[in-house]
Amino acid sequence: MTIPGATMFVVTAIFAIAGGLITIWSTRPLRAAIGLLIHIVSLSGMFLTLNAHLMAVLQLLVYAGAVVVLFVFVIMLIGPAAEVGPIEGRLASRTLSIAMVVAVVLALSTSVAYFDAPWVEVPDGFGTVQGLGMAIYQQAAVPFEIISITLLVAIIGAIAVARSRTE
Amino acid sequence: MGIGTYLALASVLFGIGASGFLVRRNMLIQLMSIELMLNSVNVLLLAFNRAYPGNHDGQLFAFFVIAVAAAELVIGLSILIAYYRIKKTLDTDDATLLKY
Repeated sequence: MTIPGATMFVVTAIFAIAGGLITIWSTRPLRAAIGLLIHIVSLSGMFLTLNAHLMAVLQLLVYAGAVVVLFVFVIMLIGPAAEVGPIEGRLASRTLSIAMVVAVVLALSTSVAYFDAPWVEVPDGFGTVQGLGMAIYQQAAVPFEIISITLLVAIIGAIAVARSRTE
Repeated sequence: MGIGTYLALASVLFGIGASGFLVRRNMLIQLMSIELMLNSVNVLLLAFNRAYPGNHDGQLFAFFVIAVAAAELVIGLSILIAYYRIKKTLDTDDATLLKY
């Protein structure tokens, strides 16, 4: 990896971790949504260091363009009730859950950090629109079409679940 | 600066999402934590595909993960709105209708 790529990785990693922490720490949901936006945009930059250009664009389009906007829309729809009061009680179980997650993450990250595969040169067209598009339509054409059915079912299900009952 | 750094970062991001899901009671924040976890898996898939760039399998998987995450989020938010209609709150500790 070249030095600009390494710099890009460090910067985007710091912003991704900071955005994730803002997301889970903030009491106001709108700030959490903005933290999620920071996280997503910086991860999109990180995808560029991995030669995944189309995935970076899709990350921006789908997550920053659709998911965060949907979150903000729901926060706007629900209003003040979107904010939940401070955590009270059951301190032991919450502490235990955080301690377990930290232990698992420490064990995992320290063990995988030494995994090393040499960065080989990427072939031409790796991760570009053409390369990934050819891969989608040659290897995964049927799952790609099934995704459209999945999204259609999700839309209909969302309408069915969220519409107000008028009986 | 090898692939191991990406793997460690992905596990840290997954841990942030998992602890947010376990600790917070706000259903909106929990949905956002799920998105954090799915995103960390995407980092993992893309890093492995960059390390073995013979084919596009990892990026294909990440593509489908994004699509499925979008569908999951739509259903999750509609369940959230239905839950808010019943309970007038987003506190998951109050979701006790199936408990007794």
